[in-house]
Amino acid sequence: MLRLLQIEFIKLWNNRASKILIISYFTLLVCMALLAAIKFDIGPVKFHIADQGVFNFPYIWHLNTWIAGGLKLFFAIVIVSMMANEYSNKTIKQNLIDGLSKKEFIASKFLTVFTFSLISTLFVFLVSLVLGLFYSDYTELSIIFSDLEYLLAYFVKLLGFFSFCLFLGILVKRSAFALGFLIVWYAIENLALRFLVWWFAGSEASSTFMKYLPLESMSNLIKEPVSRFNAVQSVVAQMGETFNKDYNIHFYEILIVLCWTAIFIYLSYALLKRRDL
Amino acid sequence: MESILTVTNLTKKFGFLTAVNDLSFTIEKGNVYGILGPNGSGKSTTLGIVLNVVNPSNGSFSWFNGNLTTHQALKKVGAIIERPNFYPYMTAVQNLKLVCKIKEVPHDKIEEKLELVGLLDRKNSKFSTYSLGMKQRLAIASALLNDPVILILDEPTNGLDPQGIHQIREIIKTIASQGTTILLASHLLDEVEKVCSHVIILRKGEKLYSGRVDDMLASYGFFELKSEQTDALIDFLEKHASFGTIKQENGVIKVILKEEMDAKTLNQHLFEKGIVLSHLVKRKESLEEQFLTLTSNTQKHA
Repeated sequence: MLRLLQIEFIKLWNNRASKILIISYFTLLVCMALLAAIKFDIGPVKFHIADQGVFNFPYIWHLNTWIAGGLKLFFAIVIVSMMANEYSNKTIKQNLIDGLSKKEFIASKFLTVFTFSLISTLFVFLVSLVLGLFYSDYTELSIIFSDLEYLLAYFVKLLGFFSFCLFLGILVKRSAFALGFLIVWYAIENLALRFLVWWFAGSEASSTFMKYLPLESMSNLIKEPVSRFNAVQSVVAQMGETFNKDYNIHFYEILIVLCWTAIFIYLSYALLKRRDL
Repeated sequence: MESILTVTNLTKKFGFLTAVNDLSFTIEKGNVYGILGPNGSGKSTTLGIVLNVVNPSNGSFSWFNGNLTTHQALKKVGAIIERPNFYPYMTAVQNLKLVCKIKEVPHDKIEEKLELVGLLDRKNSKFSTYSLGMKQRLAIASALLNDPVILILDEPTNGLDPQGIHQIREIIKTIASQGTTILLASHLLDEVEKVCSHVIILRKGEKLYSGRVDDMLASYGFFELKSEQTDALIDFLEKHASFGTIKQENGVIKVILKEEMDAKTLNQHLFEKGIVLSHLVKRKESLEEQFLTLTSNTQKHA
């Protein structure tokens, strides 16, 4: 297993473009902390994000995993090209001739994706922890370490998304087209499928159905946290409305994404096995 | 003798096209094999199948008497097929380190093999800056990293300049002299003739001949004849049991012998019949002529 990771590491780390992208991604994750520095000071309006209670435990777990989730698109470039480049350089052929089995090839890619997801989760955990310790109003251990399922959800979300990227890389074989396909697929899910089901079976069926689609199920894992935020809640309350939203992470939602992960990895393997190189 | 690779009834179809048709052969340890065939005769496809990158439609193959799985066996094999494929952004040494990792062999052979192919002074240049000849030599170095039991080369001199071709051939000869089994696919006959002890000839995916190069060349040769009495000469040759195919090229009659006969005897026979020759040469066929006869003969039958 270590050997497979090392193989992939040599390939990625010696590629300048990948190296820069990887470093930038993790730098950006750390830069989330800079959010705390946002201050508006326009005459009478004084606004300092850190003072608004957004960094309170355990809410910060939700907020930061949600924000960091947006950065995954950026990392998708690395994942897609690490697969597609094997095709354009024909090195996948050479790897197999040199004695890597097709199973090992897919395993080395998946292990890499798994490791990156893990490191990314760890980064988010550490940045949030530090940020929280600085600004949170509550610092009791039991509160700090509550709602940690957001981190698990974050990890599963990345793993699922990156597995999808791997699959697209192997399916389309060209990085640019694979990324294009990702966007097209997003449109298919959100426009074509959503409205098709809505048209035939009504809006309720449509929103249930959407939960099972790959990209939608991934983005559904961590719901937007903004409306949960105290200040927003009070504004809404003043207008005489209340939000009744379920922000929790459900076990079945994680299961759906894990299923997609397994499907994508299996399909990648099946595709590689069937294809002549 | 120890068999390295056994191919049994291998067939590969690409849609309607049959690239390899019911092919069987065995590669034994210590010999230098050539796979000969015109472009598109299924050489690369056959090698692709035994190297695990092309799926066979039918039939099977086994490495080392089936004692190892294919990908384990490939770690003991060195192979270069078609173009050299490496990571363009990595240097020679980095690329070879990666190959070592895949083949699960230590790094300490890298320098030695780079020296063998004469790339030691360019070892830290990126692969993308190499010329085609250098890329091909790096591919050979990479294939030798694990001191393979068998070295498989597919058209190793394709696209190289004469100097490059010479370098590659010298390297192959050096390796062959060390007792490594070699399987060389080529459409260049003199290449095979110079290097190989055994040959497998393919045409349109079918095996036409397989055996020793010497046995294949051991024919009775042919005569090149010229005479003013052409018709009488041809008539004589057709009636004589010792002669096979008769061909006329630019006024020269080429006749293939079916049994031993020397030039003196033929001349005597003809003179007795009143046929006077203006040109008489007896020649042995080269591998090239043998090959062309073999491939064109079957073409007529097909």
